[in-house]
Amino acid sequence: MDSFLKAENLTFSYINEIEEPPVKTQVLKNIDLEIGRGEFVAVLGHNGSGKSTLAKCFNAINIPESGNAYVDGINTRDEDKLLDIRQRVGMVFQNPDNQIVATIVEEDVAFALENMGVEPGEIRRRVDDALKTVGMYEYREHAVHKLSGGQKQRVAIAGIIAMRPDCILLDEPTAMLDPSGRAEVMKTIKMLNREKNVTIVLITHYMEEAAQADRVVVIDGGEIMMDGTPKQIFSQVQTIRNLGLDVPQVTELCFELRQHGVEISQDIITEDECVEALSKLLQTQR
Amino acid sequence: MIKDITIGQYFPGISPVHRMDPRVKIILTAVFIVMLFVADSIWGLIVGAAFTLVSFMISRIPLKLMFKSLKPILPIIIFTGVLNLFFIKSGDVYFHWKIFTITSEGVRTAIFMAVRIICLIIGTSLLTYTTSPIDLTDAIERLLSPLKKIKVPVHELAMMMTIALRFIPTLIEETDKIMSAQKARGADMETGSLMKRAKALIPILVPLFVSSFRRAEELALAMECRCYHGGEGRTRMKQLRMTVLDGYACFYTAAFFACVIAVNILI
Repeated sequence: MDSFLKAENLTFSYINEIEEPPVKTQVLKNIDLEIGRGEFVAVLGHNGSGKSTLAKCFNAINIPESGNAYVDGINTRDEDKLLDIRQRVGMVFQNPDNQIVATIVEEDVAFALENMGVEPGEIRRRVDDALKTVGMYEYREHAVHKLSGGQKQRVAIAGIIAMRPDCILLDEPTAMLDPSGRAEVMKTIKMLNREKNVTIVLITHYMEEAAQADRVVVIDGGEIMMDGTPKQIFSQVQTIRNLGLDVPQVTELCFELRQHGVEISQDIITEDECVEALSKLLQTQR
Repeated sequence: MIKDITIGQYFPGISPVHRMDPRVKIILTAVFIVMLFVADSIWGLIVGAAFTLVSFMISRIPLKLMFKSLKPILPIIIFTGVLNLFFIKSGDVYFHWKIFTITSEGVRTAIFMAVRIICLIIGTSLLTYTTSPIDLTDAIERLLSPLKKIKVPVHELAMMMTIALRFIPTLIEETDKIMSAQKARGADMETGSLMKRAKALIPILVPLFVSSFRRAEELALAMECRCYHGGEGRTRMKQLRMTVLDGYACFYTAAFFACVIAVNILI
């Protein structure tokens, strides 16, 4: 798999200039990370671990203090390529209310395309496409503020995919949604990854969501602590807990069972796997 | 209760007036205002009133709404009417009692002014009733675009208006939430003197402002992520297009305007 996003020895600090003298907080320390085209990566870490900052380095919102970030081989320091980078790497934020610009659904989806100077007929086609992809086409003429949270977030995603990006960074897109809204958004993300081969970087606090990714990266204190498939990561229950994170509920269940001497595999991360393993266990015992 | 506030008072519909190009609507509304002020006799004003009435019928806006738009300015109409009635002293005297004198000229001017104000309000509210706020800002941006040459930030102003309109419902909802939160903490907003009630608003306004600034920051970031870089090289999905309908509308307005001028000359 060829690499699409690449961080090379990347360091980033926030400088608080209100304080006297200015206070510098280092958020990312010597990050080396490579994400392949079409990969679905979940990034975990507790609040303040630097995961959002890292994501913003990949669409040239944050420019690294030292080291480099590359998008499809383009250095994010290259200011002439700024719009090109942002078009290739879209970003979806936590609060759907604060990222929707227009009053009407279809006008919001068109916003990015209007900024890019796409001609009107093409905008119309791409907006319709994007809305159909996220399943919001019937709502195209609705007022945004009357939609549910999950619907708003899907509109926000449509606004990004209308740009036809190669990669979407999602910064806790489900944090403010109810369970059904969360399911809607996750379904959309997975579909984009599988069917449109869009690279997905999903920052999340929900371990069940991370378990659905191809790869999980755990960040703590601005450094990458763990990197591997969900099974590899979540089977190390103790290490994850030490980092202040949880494991999926089913993994925890199996972990506790094993602690009590039940023989059950330690790399179970989805409910289906768990049900299967448990029923097999019960049958052999009978 | 706070959610009932409607801004822009847009009344969706598919009448010919609704389907007109918003730019043409704005220009014709301006022409209409000029027409009302050109009319200098009661007969000219009747033509203006007829224009207002016919336009209203074409737009199929319920009559109820028309009266609703007049309600807030009723005191002004009455006030100017009374002033004109008592303070114009020329013409035949109809009634005289102590310092109050009503003359024919007074009655004429009072009616004339009242009709003019009523027509003005109905005619201009027709614009906001039949045009969505977004169309309106869009049209204003395009009409003012020649001002870009003298460095007036037309695009930025229009963008600000769009965002303001977009966030009105969001912020109203938020105000509601903060009010409930403060009430739950024992804040009293309904009783006490005016001063006391004004002071009670502070714990609502402060969090509201703080959260608006945070929203603004996030929105700016999201806009940047979506390649926003000002009005330069920007295209629009919805193109405003003038149709035959707008031609008819112009012709119709011109005809009435001509009538007003003719009445002015003849009478």
